[in-house]
Amino acid sequence: MANQEQAGQHDIVAKPLKHPWRLVAASVLAMLLGAVVWSMVTSPNIRKEVIAQYLFDPLILQGAGLTVWLTVLSMVIATIWAVALAVMKLSENRLLRVIATGYIEFFRGTPLLLQIVFWGYLGIIYPSIVVQIPFTNLVLFNQPTSIVISSFSAGLIALSLNEAAYAAEIVRAGILSVDPGQAEAAKSLGMSSWYTMRRVVLPQAMRVIIPPMGNETISMLKSTSLLQVIAVAELYTTATQISSQNLAQIELLVVAAFWYLVMNTILGFPQRYLEKRFGRGFTRTNALVRTRKVATNGN
Amino acid sequence: MATSLSKAKSEPMVRALAVRKSYGSNEVLKSITLNVQQGEVLCLLGPSGSGKSTFLRCINHLEGIDGGRIYVGDDLMGYRNQGDVLYELHPKEIAKQRQRIGMVFQRFNLFPHLTALENVIEAPVGVAGIPKTEAIAKAQALLARVGLAEKADHYPSQLSGGQQQRVAIARALAMEPELMLFDEPTSALDPELVGDVLDVMRDLAKSGMTMIVVTHEIGFAREVADTVVFMDQGVVVEAGTPKQVLDQPQQERTKAFLRSVL
Repeated sequence: MANQEQAGQHDIVAKPLKHPWRLVAASVLAMLLGAVVWSMVTSPNIRKEVIAQYLFDPLILQGAGLTVWLTVLSMVIATIWAVALAVMKLSENRLLRVIATGYIEFFRGTPLLLQIVFWGYLGIIYPSIVVQIPFTNLVLFNQPTSIVISSFSAGLIALSLNEAAYAAEIVRAGILSVDPGQAEAAKSLGMSSWYTMRRVVLPQAMRVIIPPMGNETISMLKSTSLLQVIAVAELYTTATQISSQNLAQIELLVVAAFWYLVMNTILGFPQRYLEKRFGRGFTRTNALVRTRKVATNGN
Repeated sequence: MATSLSKAKSEPMVRALAVRKSYGSNEVLKSITLNVQQGEVLCLLGPSGSGKSTFLRCINHLEGIDGGRIYVGDDLMGYRNQGDVLYELHPKEIAKQRQRIGMVFQRFNLFPHLTALENVIEAPVGVAGIPKTEAIAKAQALLARVGLAEKADHYPSQLSGGQQQRVAIARALAMEPELMLFDEPTSALDPELVGDVLDVMRDLAKSGMTMIVVTHEIGFAREVADTVVFMDQGVVVEAGTPKQVLDQPQQERTKAFLRSVL
């Protein structure tokens, strides 16, 4: 007791401990990094004026726009499909569980690039898409596959279906993170299982789902560049198309890299908003304060 | 043998007939038969593992039963009897049956992402379809009734355990239930917070609510209950008025239990 009171009255007067090796390590790293950046900036092989010329090129901007559009669309489709898959995997029905598990295993187990090319080649397996009423000759719809499924749609399908497999596991983890007592309380109030999922379980699961889904979105934005193989005119495809003509490969890669970085930075904002929105009532400090408040304030 | 002895009014609110329940080979309820009259307060006592909480959860079909019947009012819980055939009900129909039965849990189970007020109005607005303004007015009255009018905008994490439990009671009452089930409502509370929750339950009992309370609060049972039922190892050992069961227990097991808790 006496010691504590004294410590409270007198400020500690002491020389701070020095960390010389941290300083050395930090300086060495900074110098190395500086050297690399400097070598690139001064290199005659990277023409800054070409980068500047194409940075705001209308074709590049269009490509970037398409990249954002593809990212947003496929994340939305994938998320909806993922919730369905997660619910299937948690279902009491064995067949639904097996189907969902098989789907997830298949789409996670094969390369995305392969899946993209597959959807691009869909017309070879099914030359035309026919909608016909079974056991009759009544044809409602008959079109060549190449017209119905453009390279854009093929890319969108490939990205969404693949992403849904990963997102399903994230959603499932989120649902499992919610205390089963929550669903019981909801049931006891007469809520249906769908209402319970929508209003009680999912809003709480979102807290766990959003951070990894932010990761998935960043990953998706970059994966859209793979659509170059089926000639979707997104950012990377556009950049490589331009550079195949003017042979400024490195410069256009820099331009593309710049826009990918900008877009990913911007995509971080909605994530922060969503985390705040679904974190309501859950702040960590509250939980800590609660236990202490109970002890001190009582009711 | 195990029917309630008090207030032989009209039709019983709850009729449990030879209810059996097993988890695998472990039979946790062995033919439980008891009635609860309208307006009656029944306290279920017993050591842990006696099956009292399980029985409570069977009443609103949170747990299915393996034998017997449970009626709440005219509803056969979880099933429909047509002729001699028993049909399992659709989850939506079971949800409908549960709307008239409120339940309060040991761990409160408030929705942490909603404020106290939002917790109370969620089911009336979303399930019963009551207009929001009306539901809010009613919720505020209910929160006032449990002494938490000024905490309406607080999230559960900002409330003490006792306050959370009182919000949970208000939430259950918001659906205007005919029957309230309490599953050890004060067991998770710090001792100094128990009193406020019991006060709210006492008021509720006075207002004529039919209540089944699983509890370890012998004092509350003595004071508020019309009927006390002592359960052990899945059977009703003894039932009667608080005086009979708590002061002049006939069964050795009841005596041993009371000695251990008093």
